Amino acid sequence: MWQMVLRRILIGLVLIWVVSVFIFILTQVLPGDAAQIRLGQQATPESLAALRKELGLDRSLPVQYFSWIGNLLIGNLGISAAGGATIESLIGNRIGNTVFMTAIVTLISVPLSVVLGLIAAMFPGRLIDRVITSGTLGLIAVPDFFVAIFLILFLAVQLGWVPAVSYLSGSEGFWKSVYVLALPIGTLVIVVSAQMIRMTRAGILNVMGSPYIEMAILKGVPRKRIILRHALLNAIGPIVNVIALNLAYLVSGVVVIETIFAYPGLAKLMVDGVQTRDIPLVQACGMIFCTTYVVLILIADIASIVSNPRLRHPK
Amino acid sequence: MSKKQPIFECRDLKIEARPWDAPPIPIVKGVSFDVNPGEVVALIGESGSGKTTISLASLGYTKPGLHFSGGEALLLGKDMITIDAEEKRLRRGEHVAYLAQSAAATFNPALKIGEQVTESAVLHGEMSQEAANIRAEELYNALELPDPDRIGGRYPHQVSGGQLQRLMAAMALVEKPSLLVLDEPTTALDVTTQIEVLKAFKKVIEEEGSAAIYVTHDLAVVAQIADHIVVLYSGEVMEQGPVEEIINRPKHAYTKRLMAAVRPSPEAGQGIATSKEHMRDVPALQVKNVSAGYGRGANGQPAVKVLRDINVSVERGHVVGVIGESGCGKSTLARVMAGLLPASEGEVLLDGNVLKPALQDRARDELQLVQFVFQMADTALNPRQTIGDIIGRPLTFYQGITGRERREKVLDIMRMVELPPEFEGRQPAELSGGQKQRVNLARGLAANPEVLLCDEVTSALDTIVGANVIKLLERLRKETGVSFVFISHDLSTVSSFADEIVVLYAGRVVEQGPVDEVLSPPFHPYTRLLITSVPEMRVGWLEDTMETREAAAGIAGAVEITEVGCPFFNRCPLKIDGVCDTQAPPIRQHAKGHQIACHHDLDEIEESEHQPQKVLTGYERALVDEEAAKVTKA
Amino acid sequence: MTDTTNTSPDVDSSIYDELPDAPPKTRLRLSWVGKISVAVVAFWVFIAIVGPYIAPYHEAFFIEDDLAGNPIDDPSFMLPSSQAWLGTDYLGRDILSRIMWGARTTIGISFIATLLAYSIGITMGIAAAVAGGWTDAALSRMVDAVLSFPNIMLGLIVIAAFGSSIPMLILLAGVIYAASVFRIARALGQDIMVQDYVEAARARGEGLWWIISKEVLPNAAMPLATDFGLRLVFVILFISTLSFLGLGVQPPISDWGSMVRANLQGLGNGLGGGALAPLAPALAIASLTIAINLIVDDISAQAGGSLAGKMS
Repeated sequence: MWQMVLRRILIGLVLIWVVSVFIFILTQVLPGDAAQIRLGQQATPESLAALRKELGLDRSLPVQYFSWIGNLLIGNLGISAAGGATIESLIGNRIGNTVFMTAIVTLISVPLSVVLGLIAAMFPGRLIDRVITSGTLGLIAVPDFFVAIFLILFLAVQLGWVPAVSYLSGSEGFWKSVYVLALPIGTLVIVVSAQMIRMTRAGILNVMGSPYIEMAILKGVPRKRIILRHALLNAIGPIVNVIALNLAYLVSGVVVIETIFAYPGLAKLMVDGVQTRDIPLVQACGMIFCTTYVVLILIADIASIVSNPRLRHPK
Repeated sequence: MSKKQPIFECRDLKIEARPWDAPPIPIVKGVSFDVNPGEVVALIGESGSGKTTISLASLGYTKPGLHFSGGEALLLGKDMITIDAEEKRLRRGEHVAYLAQSAAATFNPALKIGEQVTESAVLHGEMSQEAANIRAEELYNALELPDPDRIGGRYPHQVSGGQLQRLMAAMALVEKPSLLVLDEPTTALDVTTQIEVLKAFKKVIEEEGSAAIYVTHDLAVVAQIADHIVVLYSGEVMEQGPVEEIINRPKHAYTKRLMAAVRPSPEAGQGIATSKEHMRDVPALQVKNVSAGYGRGANGQPAVKVLRDINVSVERGHVVGVIGESGCGKSTLARVMAGLLPASEGEVLLDGNVLKPALQDRARDELQLVQFVFQMADTALNPRQTIGDIIGRPLTFYQGITGRERREKVLDIMRMVELPPEFEGRQPAELSGGQKQRVNLARGLAANPEVLLCDEVTSALDTIVGANVIKLLERLRKETGVSFVFISHDLSTVSSFADEIVVLYAGRVVEQGPVDEVLSPPFHPYTRLLITSVPEMRVGWLEDTMETREAAAGIAGAVEITEVGCPFFNRCPLKIDGVCDTQAPPIRQHAKGHQIACHHDLDEIEESEHQPQKVLTGYERALVDEEAAKVTKA
Repeated sequence: MTDTTNTSPDVDSSIYDELPDAPPKTRLRLSWVGKISVAVVAFWVFIAIVGPYIAPYHEAFFIEDDLAGNPIDDPSFMLPSSQAWLGTDYLGRDILSRIMWGARTTIGISFIATLLAYSIGITMGIAAAVAGGWTDAALSRMVDAVLSFPNIMLGLIVIAAFGSSIPMLILLAGVIYAASVFRIARALGQDIMVQDYVEAARARGEGLWWIISKEVLPNAAMPLATDFGLRLVFVILFISTLSFLGLGVQPPISDWGSMVRANLQGLGNGLGGGALAPLAPALAIASLTIAINLIVDDISAQAGGSLAGKMS
C-alpha cells in the first residue's frame, strides 16, 4: 500500500512540474515577444533590445524556464509588470485573506455536507431527501455568481443584515471579520456543499445497494448500526475523496466570489492581473492555485487508497 | 411425522412487483406450504418461478420493488409480514437465518469476519460478545474451518471462497435459529466443491436440529438434502410432496417435464452412436503440442501458462466434449483454436493445413470455417443490432450475400434453429435467454463453418431450456455435418451428446478418447472423481459418495497449475510420493484412441477400481503405501 | 438413451418450455418536471434563433426618449414599463432586448464549444480505447496534464496571455472540456471493447472501422448523449463565469454573464430599483442550466428503486 501512496506522490510531483511547464509555455512562449507587447509598435530596436536584456528574454527558452522556476522555488516571484512592485509583496498582503476565508468555508461546509448527505441517504425518497436532492441539484446547475447576487439582494440590500462589500482593514477581531465576510463565506459554503452533499449521498446509497447490506438487514441489525458501521465504513473512502475534490473546487469558486464581493484576496489579485495582462503576476498566482489544486487531488487519491480494506490488510 | 406445530407456514402468499409506470405484476400467486420441525423443504423451480422471493417472505422481506399483497407467512405462529419493524428485526437472525448464493458478496469487506458472525447474536441481547465468540469458534470447528481460533480476526478477502461459504453458514447458525433459508448455496460451485459444502450443510442441519427451506433449480441436489419438495412455476405451486414421491412418481406435467430435462448420470453407452458419414481422411481441426497462456513473460513464453502440450483432434461431423473444473483451461483451449489467443508453442491445423496462431494473420475463409459461440448470449449479441442483422452479417462478410437473398437465408437459418420469423426485426433485449442462445448459435451457423466451438453454451440456461438447446445441437450435427467442440463443466451433458471426450486438468489432458471408453474403466483418477461427483437423482447418493476415497481425497483440493509432476498429485487417491510430484506422467494407450496420462499402468488403475470404495483404514493405507513403494523402486 | 430422457406421452411439450423473461421495450417517459424542463430549453433555443429578429430594440440601442418622444432625464435602471418590459440597464438599454440578443451569444458559443469538445474528445477517447497501448498512454497523459488545472484557472491564464475574443473562448472551452469528454468516451469505449459481441466481431475477422462504427459507437451513443447535456451546462457556466469576470464576451455584444456583471451596481438599489437588471440575465442562465440538468436527471433516474428504502 505504501508503495502505491509513494507512487501517487511521485505522479503528483510530476503533474506540478507539467503544470509549471504549461504555464510557462502559455504565458511566455506562445503570445510572442513580451518586450514588443509592453513597448508597443513604435518602440525603437535599441529600447526593445534593452528591455529584452532586462527581462532576460535574450536567453534560450530552457534557460528562461529554469531561471523562472528556480526563482519561484526560492520565493523570488519577480516584479509586477503593472505597478513595478515585487510580486511577493503584492501576494503577501493578499494570501492570508484567501486562506482565512477558505479555511472557514472548509470548517463549515465539510461537516454540514456529510451530515446532510447522510440524512438524505438514510431516508431515500422521503420528503427530507427530496428537499435536499432537488435543492442541491438546482444549486449545482447555477453559476456561483447567481447564488451570490441573490444573497446580496436579500440579506444585504433588502434586509440589511450583513454588509454587501467585504472589506477588511486588518484591525478587526475574528468575529468582526467573520461578520464582514458573512456573504462570501455563505455563498462559498452553499456552492461547495451542494456538490459534496450529492456525492456523499450517492456514495452511501451506492454502498447501501450491496448484498452485504441486504445481509445485515436479514440478520436483524438495527438501521442505525447498518448505516453508521456497515455502510459508512465502506463509504468513508469515497467521502474523503469527495471532500478533497470539492475543496479543490473551492480554488475556482474563490475567483468569482472574491471578485463579486471586492474581497482583497489572491484570486481577486489574479483576475485584476489578467485584466491588465500583468503576466508575471498571473504566472505566480496561477502556480499557487494550480499547485494547491494538484495537492488536493493527490490527497483525494491517497485517501481512497488508504481507506481500502483490501490494501490496508493484505493477505 | 408427529402432529407438531410447523416452524413455518406459508398461507396463500401473494407478492407483486409495482413498477412506477405500470400496473402491478403478480410475482407470487397464492402459495401455501408448511415446514415442520427438523424438516428440509426444497423450493424448486427455474428462473422466474419466484422461489427466492417466497423464501425471503419467511424473513418478512421482499427485494426492492416487490411488495406483499396477500396471505400470511407464519414463523412460529407469528405473521412475519404484519408484525412491526422492531419485532421483525429481532426475529431475523434469532428465529430465522438466511444463507445467500454468493458468500463473497454477503460479507462486508471492511469488517472482520468474527464481528460479522457474532454481531446479530450480541445485538439481539442473546449472548455476550465472549459467549458469542465461543459459540462461533464451536461452529468453525464443526464446519472444519482451518485455524478456528483465529479465523474470526481476519477480513473476508483474506480467506478463500469455499471457506467464506462455510463461514456464512456459521453466521446463520450462531443464534441457533429455528429456520434456515438456504438460497442456491452450491450453484456457483464446481461439482467437487459442491459435495463438500452439501455435506457440511447437511451435517450441521442435522446436528443443530433446525428446519430449513432449501431453494434450488437442481433436482439432483434436492434429492440429497430435502425431505419435502415444493415444485414452483411462474409463482404457483405445481406439485408438492415427500422427496421420494416427487422424484420417483411425479404427477404434474411440469414436474415430469422438469425430470425429463435432467440429464442422466454419465455412463458408457448412453451417447448417440458415432456417425461416420461425414468423416474424411484428415480431421477437421487438429491441435498439436499446443501450449498457451496469458501475459508476456520471459523469452516469448506467456507469464501465466494455462495450457501445456495439448493434443486434440476433431473429426469431421464429430462432437468433441471438453470437460474439467473451472480453471482447468477449457475456454482457453477453444480460444486458441479460434485464434483469439495465439498459442505460444505448437500448431493448430484446419483440414490438415497449419493455421497462423493469431486471428489477424488468418485468411478470411479460414476464419469462416472455425466459428466461436460465446457462453453468455446476453453479452455476445450486440444490443443495438436486430436479430436479422446479427445472423445476416456473417453471410455478407464471408459470402458476399446481400439484399433479398440474404434475407431469405437469414429466415432459413432462423427456421433451422426454431426461431419464429417475426423475430428478424427485434433486438436481443426482446428475446428470452434460450431464444438469445439460439440466435448466438445461428450466427455461428450462418458462416457455414466446418467447426463450431461452443463454450459452455447451456451452462447459463435453465434445465428445460438447456435440454432444448442440446436437442437442437444434436439435430444440427446430423443435418449439417458440422463438427462441434463442446466445452462444459457438466459431464452428464457432455456424455449424452459427444463422440469423444477430452478431460482437462490444470491445463493438461489427463484422459481422452471415445465417449464410451472414457466413461468405462480404466479411469484416470480425476475422471473418476468427476464421475462420482455428479449428483445422482436418488436419495442417499451423497452418503454413499462420501464413503469413497475419491471424494475424501478429491473434494478437499482445488485446481492448482503446477510446473513439474502430475498436476492432480495433491488430490489423487492413488498418488505415489516422490514420483507423481516430480515427473510428468507417461501417456498410456488403452483402446484405440483412448489415452490416460498416469504413472500407474492401466491394470493397476483398473484393479484399484474393483477394491471396495471406502475411506481407507490405517491398515489399508499401509498396504497402499507399500504397493506404492514397490512401484517407486521398479 | 435411458428412459428418463424420454418425454412421457402425456406431457404437452409446448407448455412450460420457457418462462417469458423478455421485458417489454421501455420507452423514455419524462415526468412532468422533465416535460416542463424540455419546454424551457425549447423556449430558449427558439429565442436564440429568432431573438434578434423579434426583439423590440437592437442590443446596442440606448433609450433616450420616452414613448411620446420627450427626452428622459436618467434612462439608466428604469423600472419595467410598456416601453421597456423588463426595464433598462445601467446605460439605458432595454434589458429584454439584450437578453434576447444575448441568448444567441451565450447559447451559441456554449453549444459550438461543446460540439468542439465532443468532436475532439470522442475521436481521441475512442481511438485511445480501441488502439490501447502506446497511443492510449500518450493521449491519457496529455489529458491528465489539462485536467491538473482547475478549469477557470486555465481560462484566466490563457486569456491573460492571448486576450479574449469569441473564437478564443470557443477554442478554450472546447479544449478544456474535450479532456473530460475524452475520459468518458475512453472509459465507455474500454467497457464496450471487452464485451463478447466485440470479441465475436474480432473473431469473425471484422476490420477496425466496422468494430468502431457498428459495434462500439451505437452502444456508446445513449450515455454520451446524456453526458452532452451535462457538459453543455458546464460550458455555459464556464463561459458565463468568464464573462462575469469581464474576461469573456466583450461589449457591446450582449451576453448573459457580462450583463450580470455590468449591472451589478443596480443590485444596491434593491428590488424596487435596478435589481432586475442583473437579476433577469442571471435568472435566464439559471433557468436554462437547471432545465437541462433536470432533463438529464429525469432520464438517468429511471433506474429501479434502492435497497435502502427496504430498511425498517
